[in-house]
Amino acid sequence: MKPYKKVYMYGGYNTISLGTGRKEFNPKVARPGIEHYIKEAGQAVLAQIGGAANVDDGVIGNFMAARFNNQANLPGFLPMIDEGLSMKYGTSVEGACGSGGLALQTGIRNILAGSDVTLALGFEVQNTVKAIYGADILAGAGWYQKRKEGHAYFFPGQFSDRAGAYFAKYGKENARKGMSRWFANAMINARLDPTAQEYHNTMPNPYEACLAAEPNGRAFVENLNYFDCSKVSDGASGIAVCSEEGLKKMGVDKSEAVEIVSFVQSVRDITKDPTDLTELEAIKYCANKALEEAGITVHQLSTAEVHDCFSIAGILTVEALGLAAPGKGCDYVAEGNTARDGIMPINTSGGLIGWGHPTGGTGVHQAVTIWQQLTGKAGDYQVEIHKDRPYGMTINMGGDDVTISAIVYKRG
Amino acid sequence: MKYEERLQNVTVLGAAGKMGSGILLLTAVEMADLSLLPENKTKTFVLNAVDVSDEALHGLMGYLRTQVRKLAEKKTVLLRKLYADRADLIENYHIIDEYIFDVMNIVRPVNALEVAYNSHLVFEAIKEDPALKVKIFTQIKNNSNVDPWFFTNTSSIPITELDVKAELGGKVIGFHFYNPPAVQKLVEVIRANGTLDEVNEFAMTYAKKLRKVVVPSNDYAGFIGNGHFMRDALYGMQEAQRLSVQFGGFVQGVYAINKVTQDFLIRPMGIFQLIDYVGVEVCSYIMSVMNPYLENEDLHSDLLDKMVAQGITGGQYSSGTQKDGFLKYEKGRPVAIWDVDAKKYIDIAGFAAEVDNQLGAMPTSWKPWKAINFSGTKAATLETIFTEMGTMTNLGASLSKAYNKRSNEIGHLLNDSNVANSTDDVNTVMLTGFYHAYGPINNYLK
Repeated sequence: MKPYKKVYMYGGYNTISLGTGRKEFNPKVARPGIEHYIKEAGQAVLAQIGGAANVDDGVIGNFMAARFNNQANLPGFLPMIDEGLSMKYGTSVEGACGSGGLALQTGIRNILAGSDVTLALGFEVQNTVKAIYGADILAGAGWYQKRKEGHAYFFPGQFSDRAGAYFAKYGKENARKGMSRWFANAMINARLDPTAQEYHNTMPNPYEACLAAEPNGRAFVENLNYFDCSKVSDGASGIAVCSEEGLKKMGVDKSEAVEIVSFVQSVRDITKDPTDLTELEAIKYCANKALEEAGITVHQLSTAEVHDCFSIAGILTVEALGLAAPGKGCDYVAEGNTARDGIMPINTSGGLIGWGHPTGGTGVHQAVTIWQQLTGKAGDYQVEIHKDRPYGMTINMGGDDVTISAIVYKRG
Repeated sequence: MKYEERLQNVTVLGAAGKMGSGILLLTAVEMADLSLLPENKTKTFVLNAVDVSDEALHGLMGYLRTQVRKLAEKKTVLLRKLYADRADLIENYHIIDEYIFDVMNIVRPVNALEVAYNSHLVFEAIKEDPALKVKIFTQIKNNSNVDPWFFTNTSSIPITELDVKAELGGKVIGFHFYNPPAVQKLVEVIRANGTLDEVNEFAMTYAKKLRKVVVPSNDYAGFIGNGHFMRDALYGMQEAQRLSVQFGGFVQGVYAINKVTQDFLIRPMGIFQLIDYVGVEVCSYIMSVMNPYLENEDLHSDLLDKMVAQGITGGQYSSGTQKDGFLKYEKGRPVAIWDVDAKKYIDIAGFAAEVDNQLGAMPTSWKPWKAINFSGTKAATLETIFTEMGTMTNLGASLSKAYNKRSNEIGHLLNDSNVANSTDDVNTVMLTGFYHAYGPINNYLK
């Protein structure tokens, strides 16, 4: 959809993405809980927008706090951030790893429904259980009727099957080069963002390391190695979604915000297997619809944030966007086109593999990165925003190509 | 009798001990995995966990549950396949919980030896006492309702002696795990003179299924592992006592040799820490078991006897934490050393700097064992460090050269006296059973 009136985003904030890779992460030592993350991200946004008094309502995106943290009824945490949010409208949304995207979509709809400022948050705290049990919880993003026949590591298993199909159809060697380059880009970008999970990464040659790591189906999955996968993360992100009136209330100039050019949300039937494992059908539909609604082509984007829960998902999204023909996404990436100095920098703060993937928070983190990039606030990971290509885009995915959000932005 | 039939009814003797609990765990898991195969689903598998202590058996079941969970979490990919026909087990945690139950359900903790009378395989991990082992083997053999094979975890007693004295007719083999059995990859397999071929074949299959590295040792007291360790330890204690004179105190001598063996020689722990880990009392006992079999050699330490008499035993608590021995430990780190004359622990901090100074600097290229042993450039790094150390003349380097020379002599002795079939076997035992970064047979520090 194209908003019938101006909608903006401003005041983004990310906590660190905590998990293996961060120096402060120690699985044996107690870690902050969900309250800490919600509070840190929420308060940091409020501090940029003149406080809770300016906020009309709030929305929290989260996937599985009910199992990772035994906590439901998440709207109740909004007033915990600031008592100025007490008794105000609040809701929470869930669409698996696409929950953050749903929080953004909900925020936009709140503004179109008459609110001036919505506080949109997304979070997940997943290091509460070992990965083998976390895999059970994350498998909830798929259809439970299929869980029994699924892999122990359910989602890596799903995308390993996609990678296997891609290898069979288009050749493994080129695909592995593209996937390894994807990983290397993620590390290079994450090392520039102090909040990224891989900020402390010092691998001398991530490309070669990923290329050399043969998948081990006995211990993990057949067609992906650990580098191909996003890690287990704790983290939260927040951003204010607002109207023109809202920006005025906050005393923020439009040029410091991003304007929503189009926003589309599409859902594919969770009970049906993908028609073609080598294509992300729902992402293809949703992203292209968002571009069409915005009245632009993909080549008018200066940068994009895409949902690389696995390197193969990144490659397939490049193809779904039409940046490369089917089977050629791996070459497009391997040639450096998506690197930070390439023609189309993607996931400039590391993406899910580099920055981290606190599942319910990822969609919001993507919006924060695009806001930072388009308004020149990205610090060390700033990429060039071309005058003739002033747009940015986020694509957030829940499940195996099921709950998709795509948003096109430009500087306000 | 097929492999899985032999494993349908098994007894582990001394099942709640340090070694026995590990053997029980590995055997229980192997039996459970067999029981989950489609062709075995109607069969019942029984593993008797026999120990004299009810209290220890109580602790054993907790240990077993924790360890099986860890193993199950590592092999969930496989377990999902083994439980593919169980529609009620959907998530990983359903499957892991069921597997833990299936393993535990095989185990019968008991303190009555009679349960072993129905076992086809008896695994023995009791006290290192030849007479006791013979007595128990004889009792089981004479009362057994089946025709049992005996696997003994002895680390020092010749198997032939057990075979002959208990009249087992060759249905016995030495199957010596390293501590802790669940982690250490090495198993020394020792055939008695009369051990039947089928017993040996079963032992090899069982070791392979447990993914162990097998080193055959010939049937001489102490075999390869203790053959090296006990002599190495004796030399270390003699050196420490010799240095005590020079340093003006026993604790300084112990500290110096522990540092030389751990740091200068890049071993996972110093020799005195290793004695404590195995147990001061256990080491003393093993020497006393081995010594009568040795010619032209007196493997005996008055110092160990003295320590034991003073009540300093080392070894570990059932929780796995280290008991104090030559060294006193806080959070796993040595903080003091036992003074056999003053009969009290003396804080290391009080004299460490002075002894360090006398030992002198380590090579500039030096790195700790932990940084070297698991790295891909281990051989080159060791070569660099020891080449540099070879040119050094300080006390630490001199003691290291002499220590390595002695270790080398012990290695050759084990090969020349036919305890080991090759010097490679000696090295394999020290590399895999003791986690040394290099074997005793080496060309360093010549």
